[in-house]
Amino acid sequence: MSCSRRDFLKESVGAAFVSSLPLSAFVVLTTEEAIAAVAESTVRWGYLVDTTKCTGCGMCVKACKNENEIPYDAPVTRTWVERYVVTKDGQTHVDSPNGGRDGFTSGNIREEEIDPDTIDKAFFVPKLCNQCENPACVQVCPVGATYQTEDGVVLVDRDWCIGCGYCIMACPYGVRFFHPDHKVADKCNFCYHRITKGMMPACVESCAFGARRLANLRDPDDPVTRIIKTERVAVLKDEYGTKPHVFYLGLDNNVR
Amino acid sequence: MKRHVLHPLWVAIGVVGLILFARLLLVPDDFGVHGESFTYSYYRLGNIEEWKNFPVKYQGTDTCLECHEDNAKTHRRSPHKRVQCENCHGPAGNHPDDVEYLPLNKERAMCLRCHADLGYPESTARSYLPAIVDRHHKRRRECVSCHDPHDPREDAE
Amino acid sequence: MNEDLIVHGAEWTIKELFVYPNEFIYWSIQIVMYPYMTGLVAGAFVLSSLYHVFGQKDLKEIAQFSLVFSLALLPVAALPLLLHLQQPLRAMEPLLTPHFTSAIAAFGMVFTVYGLIVVSEIWFVYRVYFVHQCEALKGAPGFWNAQRRIVYRILTLGAKDVSDDAVRVDHKAAKILAGVGIPVACFLHGYAGFIFGSVKANALWMSPLMPVIFIMSAVVSGIALCMLTYIVIMEYQAFRLRRKGGAMEAGETKGAEIDIISKATRYLLGFLVAAISLELLDLIFRGYTAMKSWDILRSVMYGKDFVNIFVLQYTLGNLVPFVLLLLPGRTIKRTVLALLLVLFGVFMMRWNVVIGGQAFSLSFSGYMHYHIPIIPHSLETFKEGLFGAVTVIATPFLLFWFINKFVPSLRRNIGET
Repeated sequence: MSCSRRDFLKESVGAAFVSSLPLSAFVVLTTEEAIAAVAESTVRWGYLVDTTKCTGCGMCVKACKNENEIPYDAPVTRTWVERYVVTKDGQTHVDSPNGGRDGFTSGNIREEEIDPDTIDKAFFVPKLCNQCENPACVQVCPVGATYQTEDGVVLVDRDWCIGCGYCIMACPYGVRFFHPDHKVADKCNFCYHRITKGMMPACVESCAFGARRLANLRDPDDPVTRIIKTERVAVLKDEYGTKPHVFYLGLDNNVR
Repeated sequence: MKRHVLHPLWVAIGVVGLILFARLLLVPDDFGVHGESFTYSYYRLGNIEEWKNFPVKYQGTDTCLECHEDNAKTHRRSPHKRVQCENCHGPAGNHPDDVEYLPLNKERAMCLRCHADLGYPESTARSYLPAIVDRHHKRRRECVSCHDPHDPREDAE
Repeated sequence: MNEDLIVHGAEWTIKELFVYPNEFIYWSIQIVMYPYMTGLVAGAFVLSSLYHVFGQKDLKEIAQFSLVFSLALLPVAALPLLLHLQQPLRAMEPLLTPHFTSAIAAFGMVFTVYGLIVVSEIWFVYRVYFVHQCEALKGAPGFWNAQRRIVYRILTLGAKDVSDDAVRVDHKAAKILAGVGIPVACFLHGYAGFIFGSVKANALWMSPLMPVIFIMSAVVSGIALCMLTYIVIMEYQAFRLRRKGGAMEAGETKGAEIDIISKATRYLLGFLVAAISLELLDLIFRGYTAMKSWDILRSVMYGKDFVNIFVLQYTLGNLVPFVLLLLPGRTIKRTVLALLLVLFGVFMMRWNVVIGGQAFSLSFSGYMHYHIPIIPHSLETFKEGLFGAVTVIATPFLLFWFINKFVPSLRRNIGET
């Protein structure tokens, strides 16, 4: 009998192994602490895209790439602009050449000419990271290299990311990619280095038409927050339960 | 009593100990749960500062105004007033400390970003902007050779 | 264009219609190899456990072999991940700062625990052999014999007791380890299925059936590979002995035994039926419920990937070997063909899940086509190309050859005391 007990001990190696590893992972906050932590932050960043104002000039994409050191010619980008052209036959033509970096200067969509007379509606939709309340990308990171800050922005730790790509797969919006130089996951962070200095994100700053705006959702006097609170706004793909914090005015049901 | 059964156990404990030791050495001190949940806030705290220190490139129009008052005066009166200086002049970065002249983009394609006629219906924001059909209007010439970009209502000097 | 501008995925992805700019086939051939190899590990272990735990005496010989083979496969389950990581030097981080809400975080731990179990079990099965080798090599002439003896001395871990009592304890310990190993093996692979099944953003992957499907097909492929390798090795040994014209001792030259093969085949077919049923259930459910994603899924499954899914996977990889194995008058040759097809079928299943899941855009309005890099012209196209995959396939056999030098799993009556 004593032998089998030892065998049992041997088996419990696994259990001991698992339990001894990440002690810090199981730090549980008391309710008071949690409330305090939430109350401390007076900032929750949000974003408003007014699709009715976007002209598809692509200045935001250009500015973003320059500001955030994303190689200009790489086919990846932190933000991009999509063009939707709905024709009278009910078809929706979508494109985003170079992510809209060079704007939309031709009416052709993927070499195909579209006769202006057949168009019912056409519009541009800027996309960026939604800085979700429940970011699927953060949930699946195996090493804690991507996380949500207290002001609601999801960041990537370039010194800790192992480059497995799980976060890229988990994002329903396709905003993540591997940075060509750093070889780690990368994505829009609302220009965290700018907004924490009181500046606007590069895309917001470069938009001449006011189609892109930043909001502090915890500040009721913030004019953009007021728009989000008082007008009819929508988010992208809410069926995934990620609770995006990029809101859209004039979002069409053709938008993917 | 066959104690040899325990021998693999010692090996196993050794392996686990080795990993724990490596953990002690290699995991940064500020790695942990900083916030509400393990799910979303398990990270290295120092990384936030690293991102905050990321260099700013686009300095904004106000910075440009500090020196370039005259150009700005024209620009501020014109329909182009909401176009940021750095959209065409490029990000200032540490200008003028490191770069004396910013590379100015005078290409036709730059203007076409807003002023190419795509023939879209009026509901498109683009349709309110003055537009040309690229292949009909002064092909291949730089727009700025006729139009002053700071105030497009004026002819270029 | 910058010459050294390498965008991961751009090399082998061709986009069609509208695809988000950042979408590429990020998970390529190595992520196909990863569940395939872990599947083989899990399957090999389950096969060996059928003997050790459930006392399936008829499987004894192949069980011994498959236990050692699963050890050879084990490091190779981690190899594809290592080749896939953009930062391979940080591969230990899932053990250092595991973020348990991620399915991948478990990998390091489950893998380590499982590795310890397999090694310990082998130790208990072969301990007596190690001790005997130590004795036999004592004072044997030659440099290499001295080295071998040192290795065996380390392998005994200082436990030299070969009394009947001690051996009985060994057997008991091996049996318990095999029993604990089964759930761990299933977990190791089931969670590989979970990695895919839990990605809610991917319309093809997201399914609670995914882990179960993965386990079933894992056992199928594991058994198939063990049987196949066993047949090949036994036949080769018999062939070599016949050519030498040496002593024709019974039990040494008869090659693979059709009896053992028949019995292993029964288990193979059982798991195969379970795997196919679950996969078809998944497919039917998707078609019947026809959620938003069904339009694009249908166009991929019945259109672009039709040959991969219905011809190569279901017909050639499942149906044909099923018939081959069931038809009366089974021969070794026909079994080998069927086993090869089964292995191919399971590989295609992994392919169709991993690559197929990335064959359409998250926007549901475009497609991506995967062109596997054949001739490598950079480290990346080697790692994530045909040659990388071949490296992964070849490694377990090399490892097995090496391990077998010290732990002879193919000699009959080893571990028998």
